[in-house]
Amino acid sequence: MTPRFAPGVRLHHDVARARWVVMAPERMFVPDETALEVLRMVDGARDLDAIIDGLAEKFDAPREVIAGDVRGLLDDLVARGALVT
Amino acid sequence: MNAPLALLAELTHRCPLRCPYCSNPVELTRASEELATEEWARIFREAAEIGCLQVHLSGGEPTARRDIVEITAAARAAGLYTNLITAGVLLDAALIARLQAAGLDHVQLSVQDADAAGAERIGGMRGAHARKEAAARLVREAGLPLTLNAVVHRQNLHNLPRLIDIALAWGAARLEVAHVQYYGWALANRDALLPTRAQLDEATQTVQAAREAHRGRLVIDYVVPDYHAARPKSCMGGWGNRFLAVAPSGRILPCHAAESIAGMEFPNARETSLRAAWEDSDAFNRFRGTGWMREPCRGCEHAERDWGGCRCQAFALTGDAAATDPACALSPDRALLLAAVAEAGATAFRYREFG
Repeated sequence: MTPRFAPGVRLHHDVARARWVVMAPERMFVPDETALEVLRMVDGARDLDAIIDGLAEKFDAPREVIAGDVRGLLDDLVARGALVT
Repeated sequence: MNAPLALLAELTHRCPLRCPYCSNPVELTRASEELATEEWARIFREAAEIGCLQVHLSGGEPTARRDIVEITAAARAAGLYTNLITAGVLLDAALIARLQAAGLDHVQLSVQDADAAGAERIGGMRGAHARKEAAARLVREAGLPLTLNAVVHRQNLHNLPRLIDIALAWGAARLEVAHVQYYGWALANRDALLPTRAQLDEATQTVQAAREAHRGRLVIDYVVPDYHAARPKSCMGGWGNRFLAVAPSGRILPCHAAESIAGMEFPNARETSLRAAWEDSDAFNRFRGTGWMREPCRGCEHAERDWGGCRCQAFALTGDAAATDPACALSPDRALLLAAVAEAGATAFRYREFG
């Protein structure tokens, strides 16, 4: 599974408010810190395993723990229309 | 004071359609008075600097501008999420490819009715409906996300189920079912456009059922007509609170209809920065927050929820822009609105004639 942003959806740095936002057609939302870490790994090339590996390394955390979090977040972001797989 | 989130860029008042509910002012700006490409590029940079995240490229018909591709590129270069609000009748595959290459993020396409005869009577342009269908196909083939915007009123609400079918058939991921709002030219056609209460209730039920039936496939946004409501709409999320517009003339406005309020003067982007207009101008500060309110708005528990409703509607109906919007059940001028509902029922439209 290789997640990518849905058409018309992108992550944008909101400089004025010092935060990242997910911009989508006629709506936007502010991802929480964990969701943001996942979204920053989504480049259309990394598959699910590569994203989990990347985050496990970045946070020096057990892979199983990261894997559960990432799967849950990806499901949620797909359900919200931000990502497609 | 909040930073604005979105800019409505009204690139031109020119449009091949003549919709009787047009929200543009009765007095239109001529092409020779429109802002130039470089002026829009500067406005987009200024908008991003003060906090805007997205721009709606609108009009009139934005693709009537020869420089629409350059304008789109400038908006994207400024870092703005770029939304084209179009009638679609001037789009072809080459233009869509150029807009996409320029960084266009999303297309919102208007549709006037479910069938060509009705749509072309309402929009006043022969052949428009087929061109819109073709435009929708081209947008989807390019991989751009599509929202269909169906403006609904007394004379097409019976076709709402078919408009929902069209959104699905044309590949839209979103549908806006927008009841006409009565500003500008739409106010002149109010008697022919205002739905009955029964029509509104049926439409609301249709939308709710369609949301359930098409969950996961089609998102439906629903803009209700406040003439039938007990509470006014939170117009623009508050005056000078989240949103600003720049008219084709360069005037910087708290909402696109604000020029209809007689006696107000608005800063012009040719001389004034967006930041100065947003923070310091009398126009943006006049109805910002709640300090300007009189009773029944002053002290009302809804004051920071609906901001007293719409200033333009208050002015249009009562002659006083600081009055409570008559769409509020607490307004002492409520009878004006109820009378309009009672009197509606004309069938003929008044069309604009372009000079």
